[in-house]
Amino acid sequence: MNFKLETKNLTVKYGEVYGVKDISLAAPHRSVMALIGPSGCGKTTYLRALNRMHDLTRVANVEGEVLFEGKNIYDEDVNPVTVRRKIGMVFQKPTPFPTMSIFDNVVAGLKLVGIKNKTLLNEVCEKALKQAALFEEVKDRLNTAAVSLSGGQQQRLSIARALAVEPEVLLMDEPTSSLDPQATLKIEELIQSLKKDVTIIIITHNMQQAARVSDKTAFFYEGNLIEVGKTKLIFTSPEKKQTEDYITGKFG
Amino acid sequence: MVGLLCISTVVVLLPLVIIMVHVLVEGFSALSYDFFTEELGSPSRAIQGQATGLVHTIIGTIVVDTLALLIAVPIGIGAGMMLSEYPEHPLNPTLRLMNDTLNGMPAILKGLFIFVLIVKPMGTFSGIAGSVALAVVMLPIIARTTESALQSIPWTIRESGLALGIPRWRVVLSTVMPAAKGGLITGILLAFARAAGEAAPLLFTSFGNNYLPNNWYGFIFSPTDTLPQRLYSLAISPYEQWHSMGWAAAIILFLMVIFAFILARLLARDKFKIQA
Amino acid sequence: MDPENSQLKSKGNFRNKYTDALYKWLGDKIFTFVVVGLGATIILVTLGMALVLFFEGSGALTEFGLFGFIKGTTWDPAVQMVFGAWPFMFGTLVTSALALAISFFPALAVAIFSAEYAPGWLAEIIDNLIKLIAAIPSVVIGIWGIFILAPWLRDSIYEPIFFWTEANYPDMLHILGNPMGYGMATATIVLSLMILPYTTALAKDAIKAVPRDQREASWALGSTRWEVIRMAVLPYARGGIMAGAILSLGRAIGETMAVAMLIGNKNTLPFSIFGAGATMPSVIVNEFREAVESLHLSSLMAIGFVLFLIALIVNLSAAYIQRKLSIGGGQVV
Repeated sequence: MNFKLETKNLTVKYGEVYGVKDISLAAPHRSVMALIGPSGCGKTTYLRALNRMHDLTRVANVEGEVLFEGKNIYDEDVNPVTVRRKIGMVFQKPTPFPTMSIFDNVVAGLKLVGIKNKTLLNEVCEKALKQAALFEEVKDRLNTAAVSLSGGQQQRLSIARALAVEPEVLLMDEPTSSLDPQATLKIEELIQSLKKDVTIIIITHNMQQAARVSDKTAFFYEGNLIEVGKTKLIFTSPEKKQTEDYITGKFG
Repeated sequence: MVGLLCISTVVVLLPLVIIMVHVLVEGFSALSYDFFTEELGSPSRAIQGQATGLVHTIIGTIVVDTLALLIAVPIGIGAGMMLSEYPEHPLNPTLRLMNDTLNGMPAILKGLFIFVLIVKPMGTFSGIAGSVALAVVMLPIIARTTESALQSIPWTIRESGLALGIPRWRVVLSTVMPAAKGGLITGILLAFARAAGEAAPLLFTSFGNNYLPNNWYGFIFSPTDTLPQRLYSLAISPYEQWHSMGWAAAIILFLMVIFAFILARLLARDKFKIQA
Repeated sequence: MDPENSQLKSKGNFRNKYTDALYKWLGDKIFTFVVVGLGATIILVTLGMALVLFFEGSGALTEFGLFGFIKGTTWDPAVQMVFGAWPFMFGTLVTSALALAISFFPALAVAIFSAEYAPGWLAEIIDNLIKLIAAIPSVVIGIWGIFILAPWLRDSIYEPIFFWTEANYPDMLHILGNPMGYGMATATIVLSLMILPYTTALAKDAIKAVPRDQREASWALGSTRWEVIRMAVLPYARGGIMAGAILSLGRAIGETMAVAMLIGNKNTLPFSIFGAGATMPSVIVNEFREAVESLHLSSLMAIGFVLFLIALIVNLSAAYIQRKLSIGGGQVV
């Protein structure tokens, strides 16, 4: 088992239209993999296939294999809920649960599956908020509404919430696109420190960000995987013309 | 052009305002103490000037409408959840079509349907049959408003809940439903306002009754009086005393419906303000 | 089916692992089952309604045939026991179509005024008033019609016209009919008042849904406000406006109580302008509780079934028009 999460010939179709086609890609243990490519190239479609988010749409059809530690998560006997507990996700826009306090938001993933132990929840909350570098800012008002936080704080709250359930893989879909540079920096630092425990797959539109945070970079174009390799190599000497054009800003 | 539009607006709204003014004036002048304490009885009671009223109608309306809500709210909200939360379910498009169809059907057909379904087998008109008929009127409205209330909550809220490994049912019940609460209540109030004024489905189901039943369950299992159906009977009756009682019934019904309606609008507006 | 896969190994002991799995897996199963069950109830109610009306009406439909029933002009529950629905279909279609024709342009005017011209506070008042009026129960409108509108129409409109015609064109009197106040004309007027707020609200929704850039593109050409409305807003919104008008027609077709109270209730053609008539819902209201003969009951149910079909067609065509005309509707003027 060399890879934490691996896809083999993964194809996602929306009706007759291909979202992504035949993607074989692997993320090693405790690493950061960046997915780059122009808008509409299938990055998000691919990412959402990794924790069975397409289950909720009738039109999306997933073919091929997604192997989590060697086991296909689309097998009949696998419960998607368990998959998603292992493979967390952070979205483009912050998504605090609107009716819950900061505390309830962070521990939602535990509380809503029936864990009621108060001391445990407190511990987890504090740990997750610290991991997400948010604890110092909110420790005095854990019981206020989560929607009262600023955008950057809300996004870090979303990350803390995802971390609280101790996922082994974290999927991030442009987590910093709606944030200011300072908040972006904080989240990039966070990604670096998380790498110790978690495998991260991150979509980004920001080339510098991909170069800064990732170990491995995959370039998507029009639903196909064009090139994948060590980040350093991709950004210094890409093999494919399209990759070079994209990272040098000729299109996209 | 502005002037023309302005004038036509006034011309259009005027008769509608006149209706409201007439109902209010005629209705309030017809209200009396007896109206709320006496039963109707036979026409001779009113003609001889004895005390009559519609206490049995008011209680009957409360019973029938409450039961209708108890039936319609869980089913309607459940159906609305299915419409909104299970877009991938194979029955979803069918439900949408059927719900819209049901919503567009004249209420009188719902009365005929429940007559065949409940009144015929029971062998008697009854309050509960009226409740079920009103519930059928409410159902598609509640389902639709529930759907749009749930849809107003961003889809990403559900996805981030699922991404935490929370099972779907908990995501819906604990994160989506609480956030949509205001919209759900608004929808129920609107459905109530619509159904409470309907007489057509009640004529062949709860039928009507001039007297108070002997015991409380008489309101449920025997023919029961309700305001809209009683108002109709009074208005087409040949007795002048009953006509004025009809106006009194009209004002009560009017106020009840309008109150529910205004409450719904206010709730909807407050919700909007919070979001804005 | 093992909900918890061995290779997706979970932390915690055996018991925790399985209660946890049960909670997630079984919980979702039960929840889906309940929600889908509740949704299926609505499907069953709708289908059940269609089936019940069909089977209960099948007695009359087999006796006269569907088209025979629809085309039959005699409705005689007393002597001949012959039932034809045409008088009521005629009454329904004429009153509803006229009501829509009367109310459509005024409703559109109000919608345009409140959406495009009125300042915010006034638009809000008009909106709330319109929706409030739409919420008034049909029976309340009915009692107002019986005791206030109908007598007024009789005294100040119908009778003068009637006497004038009597003096000048006595041959035309049978077209006008008896000006007693309760009849086709009164029912049509009340119907148009009742669907007016409905049409207005739907038209306004359609106008409000026109995207800002459509308007701005037109503004940028130096158009006046009215030109913007005529060139950009109305063409774009026409799908919604037409669909709304058809939905209002559906409302008018199904409208029962106020019509039953005001139309005078006459079962035989020909109807006259001021004279009594009947519609499909009104005849059901008037005769259903008194009907004893099974063929009579069955004929009323068959009218219900035909009404169901008409309402279904109306709703489906509104949905169709909405889809057909709304997308790209702004391109062709």
